[in-house]
Amino acid sequence: MSTTRRDLLTGALTAAGAALVPPAAPADEHGHDHDHSTVPSDPALRVKALESLMVAKGLVDPAALDALIETYEHKVGPHVGARVVARAWVDAAYRARLLANTGAAVAELGVGADDLTVVENTPTTHNLVVCTLCSCYPWSVLGLPPLWYKSAAYRSRAVIDPRGVLEEFGLHLADDVEVRVWDSTAEHRYLVLPERPAGTEGLSESALAALVTRDAMVGIAKLAPPGSAA
Amino acid sequence: MNGIHDMGGMQDMGPVHREPNEPTFHAPWERRMFALFNALDLEWPMMRSQIDLIPPADYLRISYYERWLTAIGPLMVRAGMVTQAELDSGRALGAKNSKFHVLTASEVATWILPEASPESPPVATPAFHAGQRVRARTLNPTGHTRLPRYVRGRIGTIERDRGVESFPDTQAHGLGKKPQHLYVVRFAARELWGEHASASDSVQMDLWEDYLEPA
Repeated sequence: MSTTRRDLLTGALTAAGAALVPPAAPADEHGHDHDHSTVPSDPALRVKALESLMVAKGLVDPAALDALIETYEHKVGPHVGARVVARAWVDAAYRARLLANTGAAVAELGVGADDLTVVENTPTTHNLVVCTLCSCYPWSVLGLPPLWYKSAAYRSRAVIDPRGVLEEFGLHLADDVEVRVWDSTAEHRYLVLPERPAGTEGLSESALAALVTRDAMVGIAKLAPPGSAA
Repeated sequence: MNGIHDMGGMQDMGPVHREPNEPTFHAPWERRMFALFNALDLEWPMMRSQIDLIPPADYLRISYYERWLTAIGPLMVRAGMVTQAELDSGRALGAKNSKFHVLTASEVATWILPEASPESPPVATPAFHAGQRVRARTLNPTGHTRLPRYVRGRIGTIERDRGVESFPDTQAHGLGKKPQHLYVVRFAARELWGEHASASDSVQMDLWEDYLEPA
């Protein structure tokens, strides 16, 4: 292939033009050939300019942009994953289908997540999800990821020191618990099926769903019994 | 490309900070940036590959959505959506670009629904099978790849064959889908990190056939 990092980077830097990037530094600082920062000075203005250009070129429909924001800020979120988890807790046959073919099982609940794989925590196995290469996350069942999930600190250390990272999150795992880290390298996404907390035998499915947290479904926490301090 | 984005196994990034009651977006422009990037009629490998190209010092310093903002302009030029002159001036200099699909609000509504009739993927004979030991190849491509550095040369076990999927290394550069089998591969923590790691722990990931060789 002819496209090298250098070629693409040159393109990226050439793109540091007048309208969509900060003004260049004074000319007297520019007698040399180095990679200038591509950091935007005023992101809000640049994004506005970008949207105007993209609309003018017929590339985007502002109504679709509004729908994207509405969908991922308000419609999807951990409450969707929590429904899946609660169903799996109360219905053993559903749980089996969910683990065998996650996409089809979540579709039963009206949720589209063909690329999802559910991995199950047990007393002897703990699963933890990360994306070391970027920020892959199961949007359809958890919404958009929190900053810590996208941070260099989490992405770098979750694979080499998962137990240390979990300790920082306040979760100590015994030595005899197997830790399975899932690095989301392809278009498949992972959701942890947490263990059902003790003392929830009499709860309804919706009451159970209310106990399920995002952190437990990413694998950085366990679920506490209802009424206990987590 | 061996870039800063491929950071699995680094140890000097500090503690993980959590923000209490974190909002989905931290500024109104982040909402718009999120939507603009997702509305593009482009495949994720190409979009990710442009983010991979952000110089390392910038990558670490700027915020998550600033990375998207940094990448989207060059990405659109590379894809033929806008010209460099249009990006530089912020004005449409030519006619509307009709080569790309324009996402609609009603299509967005279907993104979170089950697919009515999922496409059947292409069929190919798998080179590996569940339970087989494989080695992640030692590859250092200068283009996009989803083979993390920390597993290259390491031996793992095929847990599951996911069937045939498009290959991001070629997709990212407009070189075709090169469909091939994708496998869930399990690597023992000690194989990756040495004897200080827990004997029972492991890392699993999805790896394409081109990344693997028999061990």
